[in-house]
Amino acid sequence: MSKSNIQKVLLLGSGGLKIGQAGEFDYSGSQAIKALKEEGAKVILMNPNIATVQTDYHLADKVYFLPLTEEWATRVIEKERPDGILLGFGGQTALNLGLALEENEVLKKYQVRVLGTPVSTIRNTEDRDLFTKRLKEIGVKTAKSYAVRGIKEAVLAADRLGYPVMMRSGFALGGQGSGVTRTRKELSAKATEAFSITSQILIEEYLEGWKEVEYEVVRDGADNCIVVCNMENLDPMGIHTGESMVVAPSQTLSNEEYHRLREIAIRTIRHLGVVGECNIQYALHPQSGDYRVIEVNARLSRSSALASKATGYPLAFIAAKLALGHTLPELKNAVTKTTTACFEPALDYLVLKMPRWDLSKFENAASHIGTEMKSVGEVMAIGRSFEEVLQKAIRMLSIGADGFTAHRSGNFHIEQYMKEIKEPTPRRIFAIAQALSLGVSVKKIHHLSRIDLWFLEKMKHIIQVEERVKKEKITAELLREAKQNGFSDSQIAVLTKSTEKKVRALRKYLRVFPSVKQIDTLAGEFPAKTNYLYLTYHGMAHDIVRDKKGVMVLGSGPYCIGSSVEFDWSNVQVLKTLKAHKYQTIMINSNPETVSTDYDMSDRLYFEELTLERVLDIAEFERPIGAVVSTGGQIPNNLALSLHRNGVRILGTHPEDIDRAENRQTFSKLLDNLGIDQPMWAELTTRKKAILTAERLGYPVLVRPSYVLSGSAMSVAFDRESLVKFLQRAADVSTDHPIVISKFIENAREIEIDGVASCGELVIYAITEHVENAGTHSGDATVVLPPQRTYLETIRRAKGITKSIIKELRITGPFNIQFLAKENHLQVIECNVRASRSFPFVSKVTGYNFIDIATRALLGKHVKGEYRTVDLDYVAVKSPQFSYSRIKGADPLSYVEMASTGEVACFGDSYAEALLKSMLAAGFRLPKKHILVSLGKEENKVKLLPSLRKLSSLGFDFFATEHTADFLRENSVVCEKVYKIHTKRNPNVSNLLSHGKLDLIINIPAVPLARESNDGFVIRRMAVDLNIPLITNRQLAEAFIIALAEIKERGFHAKSLDEYV
Amino acid sequence: MKLTLEDKSVFEGESFGASVSVAGEVVFATGMTGYVESLSDPSYAGQILVCTYPLIGNYGVPERRFFESAKAQVAGLVVGEYSKKYSHAKAKESLGEWLKHWRVPALTGVDTREITKTLRTRGVMLGHLSEGKEYLGFYNPNTENLVARVSCKKKIAYGKGKRVIVVVDCGIKENILRSLSRSGITLIRVPWDYDFTNEKYNGLVISNGPGNPEACVPTIAHIKKAFESGKPILGVCLGVQLLALAAGAKTYKLPFGHRSQNQPCLDLAKSLRDREASFPRCYITSQNHGYAVDEKTLPKGWSVWFKNANDGSVEGIRHKKFPWRAVQFHPEASPGPTDTMWIFHNFLEEIMNL
Repeated sequence: MSKSNIQKVLLLGSGGLKIGQAGEFDYSGSQAIKALKEEGAKVILMNPNIATVQTDYHLADKVYFLPLTEEWATRVIEKERPDGILLGFGGQTALNLGLALEENEVLKKYQVRVLGTPVSTIRNTEDRDLFTKRLKEIGVKTAKSYAVRGIKEAVLAADRLGYPVMMRSGFALGGQGSGVTRTRKELSAKATEAFSITSQILIEEYLEGWKEVEYEVVRDGADNCIVVCNMENLDPMGIHTGESMVVAPSQTLSNEEYHRLREIAIRTIRHLGVVGECNIQYALHPQSGDYRVIEVNARLSRSSALASKATGYPLAFIAAKLALGHTLPELKNAVTKTTTACFEPALDYLVLKMPRWDLSKFENAASHIGTEMKSVGEVMAIGRSFEEVLQKAIRMLSIGADGFTAHRSGNFHIEQYMKEIKEPTPRRIFAIAQALSLGVSVKKIHHLSRIDLWFLEKMKHIIQVEERVKKEKITAELLREAKQNGFSDSQIAVLTKSTEKKVRALRKYLRVFPSVKQIDTLAGEFPAKTNYLYLTYHGMAHDIVRDKKGVMVLGSGPYCIGSSVEFDWSNVQVLKTLKAHKYQTIMINSNPETVSTDYDMSDRLYFEELTLERVLDIAEFERPIGAVVSTGGQIPNNLALSLHRNGVRILGTHPEDIDRAENRQTFSKLLDNLGIDQPMWAELTTRKKAILTAERLGYPVLVRPSYVLSGSAMSVAFDRESLVKFLQRAADVSTDHPIVISKFIENAREIEIDGVASCGELVIYAITEHVENAGTHSGDATVVLPPQRTYLETIRRAKGITKSIIKELRITGPFNIQFLAKENHLQVIECNVRASRSFPFVSKVTGYNFIDIATRALLGKHVKGEYRTVDLDYVAVKSPQFSYSRIKGADPLSYVEMASTGEVACFGDSYAEALLKSMLAAGFRLPKKHILVSLGKEENKVKLLPSLRKLSSLGFDFFATEHTADFLRENSVVCEKVYKIHTKRNPNVSNLLSHGKLDLIINIPAVPLARESNDGFVIRRMAVDLNIPLITNRQLAEAFIIALAEIKERGFHAKSLDEYV
Repeated sequence: MKLTLEDKSVFEGESFGASVSVAGEVVFATGMTGYVESLSDPSYAGQILVCTYPLIGNYGVPERRFFESAKAQVAGLVVGEYSKKYSHAKAKESLGEWLKHWRVPALTGVDTREITKTLRTRGVMLGHLSEGKEYLGFYNPNTENLVARVSCKKKIAYGKGKRVIVVVDCGIKENILRSLSRSGITLIRVPWDYDFTNEKYNGLVISNGPGNPEACVPTIAHIKKAFESGKPILGVCLGVQLLALAAGAKTYKLPFGHRSQNQPCLDLAKSLRDREASFPRCYITSQNHGYAVDEKTLPKGWSVWFKNANDGSVEGIRHKKFPWRAVQFHPEASPGPTDTMWIFHNFLEEIMNL
């Protein structure tokens, strides 16, 4: 029984992953559930993010896949009657929802107690005015700032402070709507935008070049207070901490500074009355040592997940215990199990976090980084020197860079390196490397970047070592020095004109090996049975010895677009199944936002690089029974063959067979041999041949260059002109960088089969269909299970094709096959011999854990059985979660390149209910009255007409752009005509948009996927910037309207997972 | 340069301090910042300090007023990676230059975690830092009266207040003096063996210091005498051990000591006082000691004030009737957390209100 007599707790999750709010909240929510269960409390979880571990069966007592809105939370509260609620474990989304529930007295009405940090405290930290006032009471300095509620006020405040000023919007996640403004004009523009999503913004003094430091603070209800970790941003103030490289512990702070800020942190957190965990951010003047408190996040955050992984201190778990009334001294240190949780970890290593961006996925996206967060993931490197962690972290990003310098690929040559140092982009670190190797002084770089000289000197040192490796004879000493400075074998191979394999052999011959070290939270002061490990070349002995033989599981690496929390979910399931079958588990991953890297998920956790070199180092030390590479997405999958060739046993499908599926040529031949149809394609080595081929295949064609400098790699060309444009963008077309052109099939639908096979035989499968036609990336599509519109005959055929591919590739383990369906004809577009992003979705919806079955298949266990996955009594819909509001300038139009950052899924008794819930869960709002319709092309207009009629009969008002309006009127649908923006005629679309009258915009471009910059783009972009719901796909629009009509009659239901499955 | 331990293990690396050889007791400390404060702490006299945090020297060495005593006090220093290039606005010189100036040898490029594990399993060991092949015998600094070596040689007064506090300097960290300085107070700093009982004073402070407390025979005798007056006493670190010995209790040597900035200490008196609050109160403290007070030997009239939340060792004692109290940790911090600064404030309040 919990100390606070709380019996039933509602835990709010964070919803779909988006920029600024990612996998870290799966980690915090999962830990909270564990802590609550340990206290005997019942846990009701509300989170539509189906790809998370926290929403698994058997973790929380009840799971609601519902939109995280006040309306839905109220329904759940009404139904469940929890006596407590946790707001601090689901990011800003949960916090904001909690505040709304409290403000509107829902919590009071149903007598739900807020556990942990009280709402009044949260308000004091979220409302900038209150915050400043509260801190002033105890003499703590905040940035001079004015909270304003209008443009005029904003300008006045800025005039008082003097430009440049910093603009921030209150109640925002990840610094959304904030930025430096240097002129009055710029300020008015930005403020207008901000006021569309918030009622209050802040105009603050601009602390450019001040150091940025963070502390993670824990406080219990008895006022015990500790600082678990401090962190220093390499990139000083002006770059969002989510966009910064961050080192822990701080490196350039003296004892006086470290402890002055620590004392202020404790004083502040006590005064505010936080119970649980929080994060406090400072600006510290590099010369005077003066400080400002920037903000306090009275909840678990991305930084706290990082701090937790950096120190081994389970912050979320402890925070949940404190919320239930425990005190710190009563709780044990989960790592040592003997010492108390009321302590501050001592590190004998350092960690470096690096953000992972994916801006190239967005056409036209502004590429510079600043006060708004744009990164989609992060990695954390552990080591014993800065040089070591820096180079490790860069490799962990999996962007093709081999480290700070000496890359195999030419992609990291920065043309205007000085400019990118001054105006930072995601490539700034490589610009610095280049400047240093060209002899630019650290002083000069410091002057441009404001990065502390200490870090720059270390970077320079890497370049100095590089020079020596290039010039001198490779001795054991030099090799060790290079390794201690983070050089990988492949970097050394580049520098010595050798190969990675040869360098590895030489290194072994010279006996230069890394050591395995433990993270024990106490710097070795007490013996600890910790399983948390890293490798370093700054050691003379291993901390541990080889244990019982285990199974190695390769993690997914950093989250990026296309590879996210769903792969971590899969990995966690593998670990659980292995454990259940009494196997020792060895987990390797580099991503601090994951559950797979939690201290209690595996027997041995290597927080390490997922590179061939490092995985082999670990395999050679551990000598595992085998490795699982099929559940972590593409990174482990790509390592399969080389690991196999180096003697590591790969569990499941043979690596040569994985390669046959991965290699376009062999897979295509395989399909031909099996008599399976596929879209025509060709690989070409010159631009001229590419054009000829496109003409032969007939437009539209899908173009995939293998080497682009910026912009998205994949495109659809509708004619010769656009093809030529795309080809020009390819940096190189040659035998080394061929270009692939394939026929783009229009008006085809897409279906997918996710399944598990054993020894070439199908064991279980789930078939899903996309709402959008082919052309929308499968990751951006709305997916339905069970299929609603696919013929049984098509399903049968898809299954037949699947069986023959599985047999040919002798698949054992998870797989995914994607099909194009036109009428009853099927073409295979892709086959992955690994778990796909949809595995958690199909597992939770069908009630069968596909990964558990796959893992047992990998282990050679009997997995055959009767699985019912097609005939279900309910429907589930998965919707993409986009982050376009973060990516300034990007066109929010679905495309062949994936752009969504996350996904959500909801259940319903009908397709309509599931679809609408799912869209709502992804941030959509149901229209009340006013809808803007702008449809390109006759076909779109004709096909949508019946749906629009229906909408009109439901009482919605239409505004329509010129041609669309004419068309609607001709067909006697009432609408108000508005003129396109460029006509400057009134009534104009732009007025309509900025007056905030619109509830929904349906904008279907004339040429799908064409991405031309025109009025359509402006409408779509403004919809995103002004936070107006937007639909850009015809099939989705149709489905949505039909569903809306149906729900108007039948209504929604708040049902938990167990009520459906 | 290499470090050789009693158990014959050898750790070879590069020298970055003075080119001299030295023998002493090898201890490890787990603080992640504050090397200047530690190295100038007289309690480290005779000891070769191993830093478990690998990157040392990052922010250089500031001017004298930030030190805990006039010079580098350690016998030697061992680190994982010395940062030749330092960066800080307040830095005056590099750590290497500073150590050379004070003729302290220093070793870098060794696996300090491995050394720590050795010391943790075997207990504190003797060892030496040496260049080349020269042989250097082991030397146990605890056999020497280290306090006599680091204590001030004559009486010094600070401030012009009406209330007088005598501070017995057994190797005092200067931040204790800074923490006690305020208007209305005069501090009289006296050598360790100085008989202060004839001085006119309102309160007595017994400082930290190096080595075995039993070596401070005259100090213990003077404290015993001071008990007779019943005036307020505050002991810090070595001070708690001396107060305990004067009261009749015993001290013992810990297997590898507490040298870190993250030691949790439970305030038992607070829990006793506040019946309402049955919650334990725990402070994070900075520590540097190899000896401790044996709880079982505490005589009547004395109680345990603070206890280490990890190993249960005595972290503070106080008298049930008289205003005498002492703590094993360092409320003056420097290096380390400042959470228990209130101990000085309370003591000063008491003196001012007399």
